[in-house]
Amino acid sequence: MSSSAHDSRLRIPALIAVLGLVLAACGPAATSPGTSPADGSPPAGSPDAGSPDAGSPGAGRLFMLSTQFEPITEAEGMRNTILADFDGDVDFQPQLGGPFSDALNAQHQAGSGQIDIAGGLHGDFAAFDPEVFADLSDLAGELAELGIPENFLELGRLGTDKQIYIPWMQATYIMAARSEALEHLPEGADINSLTWQQVTEWGSNITDATGGQRLGFPARLGEPGGLIHRFFQGYAYPSFTGGVNTTFRSQEAVEMWEWLQDTWQYVNPQATSYSHMQEPLQTGEVWVAWDHTSRLIEALKADPENMVAFPSPSGPSGLGFMPVLAGLAIPATAPNPDGARDLIRYLLRPETQVVTLQTNAFFPVVEGADPGELAPEIQLELDAVSKQSAADNTVPSLLPVGLGEFGGEYTKAFHDSFNAIILSAGDPADVLEREAANLQRVLDQAEAACWPPDPPSDGVCQVQ
Amino acid sequence: MRVGRLGWAPYALLLPSLAFLAFFFLMPMVQAFGLGFQDRAGNWSLASIQRMLGDVQFRDALFTTSALVVFVIPIQFVLAMSMALIVNSRLAGAGLWLYVYALPLGISELAAGIIWFSIFTETGWLNSVLQQFGLIDSPFLFLGHGNTFWIILAIVLAEAWRATAIIMIILVAGLQSIPRDYLEAADVYGATTWQKVRRVILPMLRPALQVALILRTILAFQVFATVIAIAGASATVLAAEAYRWYGLYRDVHVAASYAGLILLLSLAATILFLWLLPTQEEQLA
Repeated sequence: MSSSAHDSRLRIPALIAVLGLVLAACGPAATSPGTSPADGSPPAGSPDAGSPDAGSPGAGRLFMLSTQFEPITEAEGMRNTILADFDGDVDFQPQLGGPFSDALNAQHQAGSGQIDIAGGLHGDFAAFDPEVFADLSDLAGELAELGIPENFLELGRLGTDKQIYIPWMQATYIMAARSEALEHLPEGADINSLTWQQVTEWGSNITDATGGQRLGFPARLGEPGGLIHRFFQGYAYPSFTGGVNTTFRSQEAVEMWEWLQDTWQYVNPQATSYSHMQEPLQTGEVWVAWDHTSRLIEALKADPENMVAFPSPSGPSGLGFMPVLAGLAIPATAPNPDGARDLIRYLLRPETQVVTLQTNAFFPVVEGADPGELAPEIQLELDAVSKQSAADNTVPSLLPVGLGEFGGEYTKAFHDSFNAIILSAGDPADVLEREAANLQRVLDQAEAACWPPDPPSDGVCQVQ
Repeated sequence: MRVGRLGWAPYALLLPSLAFLAFFFLMPMVQAFGLGFQDRAGNWSLASIQRMLGDVQFRDALFTTSALVVFVIPIQFVLAMSMALIVNSRLAGAGLWLYVYALPLGISELAAGIIWFSIFTETGWLNSVLQQFGLIDSPFLFLGHGNTFWIILAIVLAEAWRATAIIMIILVAGLQSIPRDYLEAADVYGATTWQKVRRVILPMLRPALQVALILRTILAFQVFATVIAIAGASATVLAAEAYRWYGLYRDVHVAASYAGLILLLSLAATILFLWLLPTQEEQLA
């Protein structure tokens, strides 16, 4: 990986985001073709996952469940490209967050399991009892020479003294735009250091010139859905208020929501059906979009000449941004833990990390990954990510920490605020008053202390 | 006497299917119902039901679900009845239509939703066609937020397109069980086509209609993937909320409350149809 990428080292990452695209038709029961979460029977496609097959090469047979690489193109990239050189037989099955945790918890409770290795975001792992996973401290020691940042490893311990997951790869959220939008940039605006107010002007200029509403946010709520709650938690709130929970109903928060109400008239009204902004960017329904790096990459790839990627804008309190860290864990009930360790060693190799970057656009966590010539779309994102984390006014956010099973309801407070204030044109102060109570209830139930960008708290984090 | 000779055999033969129903339907249903009456800690309480009723999405979900039931079912019945009559007519090639009509049945609910989304979206086929013919200058945002009418219409169309064939097949089966004699007798007395439909076919079709109505209404209360695909966050239904509470907000108890409500509504609709459309045997009894 180039040196500029090291500048983008992410200090405090975490995320419960779950990627999703084409999904089986009929809800949870039908979404788990590869796993049998509840009954503990062997997952389809890995009939002998319970016993390492002596006939298989190298590490033997492995069953990997992952909340990452859930879109079919990413899953195929994992199976056919990233895992291509691994000396073993890996059945890679992506899964949404809900069934993912159900499967691991069920196998833990049953005392026997079929999952050898679990891949997920920091937030996915934070929701488990630490006993579900094996201690990987020795492996972390062994891999130390790869140069995984110590703060990443610390996140992987989840506040315990055991290494629950090994950092795997990282990502973040940035902006992307079609080149025809650039001529409508507000006068004097620098695309690499925009303010959110300038984004509003930008959208207004485009609407004035073309009549179309061309700003876009991934505002499809659900799973699979868009990640707009991350926009609030890691971008809008920190940029406007400098905090998230403590400032949830502050005057600054009211101003943030009023800004978004004002901006929403320039946002494509179909935003509520967007889960990945790369699609509307490609069709031209949206010209300027905010989203996760892996959800913008296809648009940049399809037409790198006519797309730009740039850092998220700043608000009155700075440039709020949220790094995302994914990790690999081995369930305590894994039938083939040695093979799983080999797989972790393989995925953390600098060469594999580069292939992962080039194939699925997730950035390395190790040093010495030299990607050589990068595909143009990756280079575009890498530059934007580097500029974003190198800005001098950043307000980095950590994603929900210590919420455990209440992580989803935490998200709901932001979804409901968005629904009521933006989609139903409610009064921000009134809605925030109501949702602040919901937020506080979630924090109380989870007994969660404040996390950055909120200042540390004694005891449970309090909405001010 | 006959029963005596058969002894326990009929009951033994019923046992496997009863056991299947008990294990895979009754038990999970009771369990799910129970979950709805517990709080997160697992204590018996009405807290989850109160959370569902107090949820900001609840009224929207109930409204959209009811609107779909009210609009989709009559449209589908008129369509399915016409389709069934065509298939069952003695016109040449009429049988072919059965296969044409049944084609959408092979497509999953989600795929159907995505197809209709790609028709109605801003850069979709409908806008392209309208622009091609110069009927509109710029694309119309059918699925834009706040466009409730068009969103519900798109869902109704998608559902009608996708699931009318299920009803048609039940009705075709019902039509084929009507003895020809009755229709010939009606012909002899000089009945018009409309009179035959109204006075002979519909009354004889009652059992099939009852089954189709019950089935379709239950499916309408469960509608989920088409709504998710077409409306995203712009409209929500009960089943979508159940799914969000399970998958996204991670509270199985509130999800179970939603599922229980869907069950109750389906049950109420079933009883209503049994009462409104009694079959001959039931009338005699």
